Amino acid sequence: MSVRKLINANISNNRKKSLEGIIPKLFLLAASISIITTVGIVGTLIFDAFKFFSKVPLKEVFSTKLSPLSANPSFGILPLINATIIISLIAMCVAAPIGLTAALYLSEFATDRVRRILKPIMELLAGIPTIVYGFFAYSFVTPLLMKVIPSLEAKNAISPGIVMGIMIIPLVASLSEDAMNSVPNAMREGALALGSTRLEVAFKVIIPAAFSGIMASFVLGISRAVGETMIVAIASGSSKSFTFDITRSMQTMTAYIVEFTSGDAGSGTLGYYSLYAVGLILFAFTLLMNLFAQYITKKYREEY
Amino acid sequence: MSYDVIQKKGNAHFNTLSHKRRMRLRIILDKFAKLLFIASTLFALMVLGILIYRISTQSVGWLNLKFLKNNLSIFPEKAGIYGPIVGSLWLMTIVAPVTVVLGVATAIYLEEYSTKGRLHSFIKTNISNLAGVPSVIFGLLGLTVFGRLLKFGSSILAGGLTMSLLVLPIVIVASQEALKAVPGFLRDASYALGATKWTTIRTVVLPTALPGIMTGSILALSRAIGETAPLVVLGIPTLILRIPNGVMSDFTALPIQIYYWTLDSVLKPEYANLAAATIIVLLFMLFMMNSIAIIIRNKYKKRY
Amino acid sequence: MTSQTLKRDVAKKTIYEVNSLNLWYGNTHALKDLNFAIEENEVTAIIGPSGCGKSTFIKTLNRMIEIIPEVRTTGEILYNERNIFDSGFGVEELRTKVGMVFQKPNPFPKSIFENVVYGPKIHGIRNKKKLMEIAETSLRDAALWDEVKDRLNSNAYGLSGGQQQRLCIARALAMEPEVLLMDEPTSALDPIATSKIEELVMELKKNYTIVIVTHSMQQAARISDQTAFFLMGELIEFDKTKVIFTAPRDKRTEDYITGRFG
Repeated sequence: MSVRKLINANISNNRKKSLEGIIPKLFLLAASISIITTVGIVGTLIFDAFKFFSKVPLKEVFSTKLSPLSANPSFGILPLINATIIISLIAMCVAAPIGLTAALYLSEFATDRVRRILKPIMELLAGIPTIVYGFFAYSFVTPLLMKVIPSLEAKNAISPGIVMGIMIIPLVASLSEDAMNSVPNAMREGALALGSTRLEVAFKVIIPAAFSGIMASFVLGISRAVGETMIVAIASGSSKSFTFDITRSMQTMTAYIVEFTSGDAGSGTLGYYSLYAVGLILFAFTLLMNLFAQYITKKYREEY
Repeated sequence: MSYDVIQKKGNAHFNTLSHKRRMRLRIILDKFAKLLFIASTLFALMVLGILIYRISTQSVGWLNLKFLKNNLSIFPEKAGIYGPIVGSLWLMTIVAPVTVVLGVATAIYLEEYSTKGRLHSFIKTNISNLAGVPSVIFGLLGLTVFGRLLKFGSSILAGGLTMSLLVLPIVIVASQEALKAVPGFLRDASYALGATKWTTIRTVVLPTALPGIMTGSILALSRAIGETAPLVVLGIPTLILRIPNGVMSDFTALPIQIYYWTLDSVLKPEYANLAAATIIVLLFMLFMMNSIAIIIRNKYKKRY
Repeated sequence: MTSQTLKRDVAKKTIYEVNSLNLWYGNTHALKDLNFAIEENEVTAIIGPSGCGKSTFIKTLNRMIEIIPEVRTTGEILYNERNIFDSGFGVEELRTKVGMVFQKPNPFPKSIFENVVYGPKIHGIRNKKKLMEIAETSLRDAALWDEVKDRLNSNAYGLSGGQQQRLCIARALAMEPEVLLMDEPTSALDPIATSKIEELVMELKKNYTIVIVTHSMQQAARISDQTAFFLMGELIEFDKTKVIFTAPRDKRTEDYITGRFG
């Protein structure tokens, strides 16, 4: 049979046509999983958090007394929020300057060869599981800091804060560097041609031009710090007291969730629902930060 | 006119002593700043080095073949991580197929079937928001939906499905990039021979994009193997003596081991060594996976 | 404009008949009221300056132009007296009968063998012996067999530009099409590879109808039987190649031929 005849026979086969119509729908189904996941997350958080908020008066929720397992339980969430903010700030105090200056170096000073070696190593830092950082914080950084700060407790806020900051450095550095790289070379060359040093170009030309990208990287860094769990769960402990003393233990929102479920969280108890309430606040917070970072980035893209 | 006179005339403003002094200062600042920035960049690398060094030294003597073959035990000298290794591998048997199938299908939908429009941007926004959700929240989702609702409890299936959702965005984005990189003229050649869209995707686009997809999937898997928080929230325990033998079995995993051993190292300092040894095993697995991903990426880099 | 058919032997079949074809890209009117016919076993060249619509037109003949979403057409193109825009005429079916070779050689990242038999394979021909036959026939017809017969399983990208283009021709021929559309097939090739392909076209026209877009008037003069001159989306003149290049009727044709623009 000639090829032409064989092909003609095949073309008139109807079965293929129905298959062709179903396939896009299957793919759409797969793609909708991401939407279903989001709905699932929001749904379970709201649903179970509601059970919490309907039973616990708002006055108590925003109090500073948190003792979910005591005989007379109190569910004030402020200690958790407070701890989260403090440790995240400590982290950003490490990540922001180091990340930014590393980005400046890679973008404005380093040669191509240096960049090609250093960047992958930075990526390595970002690929280390957070549990490893947690171990590092508790078994190395804390004892080290204790030698410097004698009154430091075994579980404290500084150690995880610093280590978290180190973990976030690659994120801030790579995003900031991307922002700096997008600044057109013409701007650099213009400034250099007028006799500026590279430092001056960096601070007077590049940073202002890449400002929103750099800001976005900071916001994302904070979001990452807020959502981080294992480092704080291990190194910062589970003290639920509301305190600003960073040499003492404090518990973040994430550590609270993890602590409660690693025991036997009896489902249906108020403590169980408090997890979802905290989860909801955590989710809302990180979502807002991420949206904010996207908003900043979009504004910045328009400028070129 | 002599040359000196011309010089002087041209640089009348810039030949003053104060200007020369200022110039020198600026150059010194520039060099100093460069050193500072290099120090910044190297700081992160230095920490990486210290981390690996410390963990290695802590695991000396504890990391041996016996450690890999023994099962868990409360006695540090007898304890091994055979169970957790098997558990982590079992976890991968769920995560790998689920993420690859769902992730590639989603990417195909976004890149081949609906490249513009509101549904497309809605799905894309969803995916990037999911990528920023803290891992504990995925744990809560898993607990509610897979653990309690579908009654998978704390089985491998529950853990695997939860992890799959967590790392799904990684596979989706990597696959999208891989699909985008397939040049349009290859698709054209296929259509010109009378191929349908699905046939073209199946026989030309996917095989060409396969290396990028594989790289992305391996990276997603390596992320899943190191994540701890969702497993803790799901209630995955530590001291499990039975080796898992099916997807509905209870199990434990390497990160969980590290977590609990680290927490309990205040009771038994040897636990810290066990945790360190486990970290080395985990990092080694990650190193292998990432190397394979990089090899794949480099081998198939310039095929067209 | 009335249909410009030429005085022909009645025996020669009309393969394509274009009637009042108009095409828009969004709001741009890219092809304006085209009317002409292409006869069997002839080489028809389409010439004109850049942007005149010749590429757009040839891609309409096998509906490849529809891959661009904002494309709209009115009018009809009859292929063997069936309108190709009819809902009953599947676009895949059309493309099995009308093959295409592109400007830049675009073999698949597969072996030479897999490239050639790609078409037959996806249309259901699985028998290994049959596929081998098809591969050899097509590669011979494309004047490539002797050069690759010992390395059919090697990657197509190992071939030179000219060889890759002949591979693409073999790939199109494997479908046993009636028509071969060639969109500036030699513009990315060196002069030696170009002349090899021109020889090939002269051979192929014995069994296939060939439409070739070319930016080289010399090429059109060398190998085609008819030439169509396009300008800004319109068909200005369509006649035997000898006439177009020695005694064109339209002044614009004459200006283009003599190099006054384009």
